[in-house]
Amino acid sequence: MNSSLSSSYGSPPGPFSDPPGLRSVVSRKALRYRKLRDRVIETLLLVAGLVAVFTTLAIVAVLLYESSAFFEHVSIIEFMTGTMWTPLFADAHYGILPLVAGTLTTTLVALLVAVPLGTTIAIYLSEFAPHRVRETVKPILELLGAVPTVVYGYFALTMVTPALRVLMPELPGFNMLSAGLVIGLMIVPYVSSLSEDAMRAVPRYMREGSYAMGATRLQTALRVVVPGAFSGLAAAFILGISRAVGETMVVAIAAGMQPNFTFDPREPAATITAYIVQVSLGDLPHGSIGYQSIFAAGLVLMLMTLVFNVVGFFLTRRFREAY
Amino acid sequence: MNRQAFGNSGDPGATTMMTVEGMRRGLARRKVLDQVFVLIGLVVMLACLMILAVLFIDLVRDGWERFTWDFFTHFASRHAERAGILAAWVGTTLIMVVTAVCAVPIGVAAAIYLEEYAPKNWMTAIIEINVTNLAGVPSIVFGLLALGLFVYQFDLGQSIAAAGLTLALLILPIVIVATREAIRSVPNAIREAAYGLGATRWEVTKDHVLPYSTGGILTGMILGLSRAIGETAPIITIGALSFIAFLPESPFKSEFPFISFGWLNDPFTAMPIQMFNWVSRPDQAFQANAAAAGAILLGMTLIMNGVAIWIRYRFRKKISW
Repeated sequence: MNSSLSSSYGSPPGPFSDPPGLRSVVSRKALRYRKLRDRVIETLLLVAGLVAVFTTLAIVAVLLYESSAFFEHVSIIEFMTGTMWTPLFADAHYGILPLVAGTLTTTLVALLVAVPLGTTIAIYLSEFAPHRVRETVKPILELLGAVPTVVYGYFALTMVTPALRVLMPELPGFNMLSAGLVIGLMIVPYVSSLSEDAMRAVPRYMREGSYAMGATRLQTALRVVVPGAFSGLAAAFILGISRAVGETMVVAIAAGMQPNFTFDPREPAATITAYIVQVSLGDLPHGSIGYQSIFAAGLVLMLMTLVFNVVGFFLTRRFREAY
Repeated sequence: MNRQAFGNSGDPGATTMMTVEGMRRGLARRKVLDQVFVLIGLVVMLACLMILAVLFIDLVRDGWERFTWDFFTHFASRHAERAGILAAWVGTTLIMVVTAVCAVPIGVAAAIYLEEYAPKNWMTAIIEINVTNLAGVPSIVFGLLALGLFVYQFDLGQSIAAAGLTLALLILPIVIVATREAIRSVPNAIREAAYGLGATRWEVTKDHVLPYSTGGILTGMILGLSRAIGETAPIITIGALSFIAFLPESPFKSEFPFISFGWLNDPFTAMPIQMFNWVSRPDQAFQANAAAAGAILLGMTLIMNGVAIWIRYRFRKKISW
């Protein structure tokens, strides 16, 4: 209603000069007190805002500090290139590749589920569904993302794996396939919700132009809206990837916790996150190499998410359409 | 002739499209494709919603026999049929109290700062980037942070306080983002009117902006807590025990000052940890316990989310600017 005022909001109301009549009502002392109180409160609020910054710094500091102790014992070359990960065995090997392979495999399976399903739902909701359907379905769909991951783990282990074994009788009880499928399901709402937002941001006149050329809704959706929203879609997929990479309980429950250097989703394997859980379940003494190894693993996890996010950032920038 | 406009429906060539008959056939086919897509979209969407229902029904069915009073009042046990979730639900409740007490004031304050106070400078930019960034950090990394910082540096040990703080950091971005959205939706006219009457910035915020954004803030708080309640990985990382046969110290005392904080330092277990412990046992009898615990956990999450949606809906309807 008052959009013209919005530019002035955000800056303080300006130096207060008392109109002569007001002086008797608002004493200068009271005003000074109120201004001082404002200053104090502003500082407190700023401190609260800085908590987020400190948390990030603390995460980086803790991971680097504990991993640096780890890398005093283990060469970075062995860590990055070794294909055996057995830090808890007497014959210890510290090659992170099996865990990375497990993480990438489950993530890939998850994406193969989440991207087609999520995008289809997003296109349907944004371009085809009536308003009421969209408003009803969206919150319910988001519940899928709110289900505790340990419950999804139970689902993967006791329902999805047995179902898959009907199709593939030789499938082991723990496997990356069922874990990946369930993670995919879990991230569908993230992908669909962000994708839908991106598609709805494509201006109406582009659709109308397309309709005017005789295109149907589906053609408009696939040829005009999706390309127009591509940067938003890319951001949605990247978010899905980071969720899948960091997902812990589903893989810890359903994929087994044995490091296994393979990209075959039908095999059991451990991911980076599953390894951290496995170590935490035991009682490793503070400062032991096993204890430090989970921080090194966590550092790799952070770096992987970071890489995906940076790639996503450039993808979004590269394909951004300005309207 | 723009071939693209007619779709890749495999028309034999441009010549057929030029004829009215060909165009009509192409159009009919494209319209059918439209209908097919609507069908696919509906099926996919319903399938996803069905899975949610299947999940819940399956948990309730598998755990049905365990829904007895004893299940809630017994500690974990080596015997599946005697095991209960007493320590787990008490632990979860206490952790949620710590999480809410830490995350809500800090989150709301940070959001107020970013929306109402923050000048456009590099520090604000850094805070904003960090909030977005934290939302994308895998939850288990928060567990590692807590293990290195809270458990060993601050010497909190494997306690309820450490777990509550960890989850508070984890849901901080959720609370901040929800509160910011709520604050942003308060029209500027209201602020300008208050400023016009000589209110200071804090008075404007406290007396006008915050009351109008209560709905959004509550929604964010509930959504954050519903996320925290199901989080397993970070509290496993800080070393939650899965077998606990005692309760934390009671927060209520019979003599003055009637309240105690000894429980903050007690070891704990929580609902998701208990469920994870049962799921990972090979003994089939424990799967029923896991299902029952999972049904309760899922039920609590769904109820919290439902309440959040309802509040959002209520407040949206009530306020008309």
